[in-house]
Amino acid sequence: MSQWNFVLAAYGITAIATFVMVIASWLAMHRAEAAADAARRE
Amino acid sequence: MHAFANPVRFLKIARPATGWLLGIGLALIVAGTVGGLFITPPDYLQGETVRILYIHVPSAWLGMAGWGAIAAASISQIVWRHPLAAVAGRAVAVPGATFAALCLATGSIWGRPTWGTWWEWDGRLTSMLILLFLYLGYIGLAAAERERGGEGRMAALFGLVGAVNLPVIHYSVLWWRTLHQGQSISLAGGSSIAPELLWPLPLTVIGFTALFAAVTLMRMRADLARTKCEARLRRSAAE
Repeated sequence: MSQWNFVLAAYGITAIATFVMVIASWLAMHRAEAAADAARRE
Repeated sequence: MHAFANPVRFLKIARPATGWLLGIGLALIVAGTVGGLFITPPDYLQGETVRILYIHVPSAWLGMAGWGAIAAASISQIVWRHPLAAVAGRAVAVPGATFAALCLATGSIWGRPTWGTWWEWDGRLTSMLILLFLYLGYIGLAAAERERGGEGRMAALFGLVGAVNLPVIHYSVLWWRTLHQGQSISLAGGSSIAPELLWPLPLTVIGFTALFAAVTLMRMRADLARTKCEARLRRSAAE
C-alpha cells in the first residue's frame, strides 16, 4: 500500500473528528443560549 | 483567576473570544496542513509518512494539556471553590478525549508502515491509552454529578489523581526504552528535526490549540446557559 494512503487516512480521521467536535459544541452552545434567552423573555 | 469568577464578566470576554479563536485556529491549521502535505519534502528515512507528524504532535500535546487543564480546574475548585472551575473541567474533557483518541489513531496509522505494526504495548502508547480511559471516566463521573446537582467535587478529585499519569506519559520514553522514539522537540528550543520539515509544525500546534480553546469556550457557554435555564425553571416551579 502506498505511503500516501496512510497519510490521507490520518488526515481524514483528524478532519472528521475535529469537524464533528466543533459542530457538536457549536450546536450545543447555540441551542442552550437560545433556550436561556427564551426562558428569560417568558 | 477570581476576576473571572463572575459568569457575566466571563461571558463578556468569552463571547467575542470564541469566534476569534476559532477563526485564527482554522486559518493556522489550513496553512500548516497545506505546508505539511504539499510544500515540505519527504523524509529521507520515513518517506511521505513523516507528514502525519503535523497532526500527531498537536493531538498528543492537546491530549496531555487537556488533562493538565482539568487538574488546574480541580485544584481551583477544591482549594478556592472557584465557581467556574467545575464548568471549565467538564468543558475541557470532551476535546481532550478527542485529541487523546486522535493521537492514538494517527500514531497507529503512522506505526504500521514505519514500525510494521498498528499497536505495541510500549510505555508511551500504553500510558496514552490509559489517559484516554481516564478522560472517559472523568466525562461519565462529571456528567453524573452534574445530573444529581452536585458540586463536582468527586470529579475534581478524580481529575487531580489522574494527573499522576502526565509525568508517566512524558518520561515513558526515558524510563522504558521500547518502540516509541525519544523526545525530538524541546520547549527549550532544541530539535532533532530538520528545519525544512519542522516549520509547519508550530502552525498546526498553535492552530489546534486555538481551536481547542474555542471549543472549550463553546462548551462552557453551553453549560452556563443550561444552568441559567434550569435555575429559571426551578424558580418558576416554586412560584
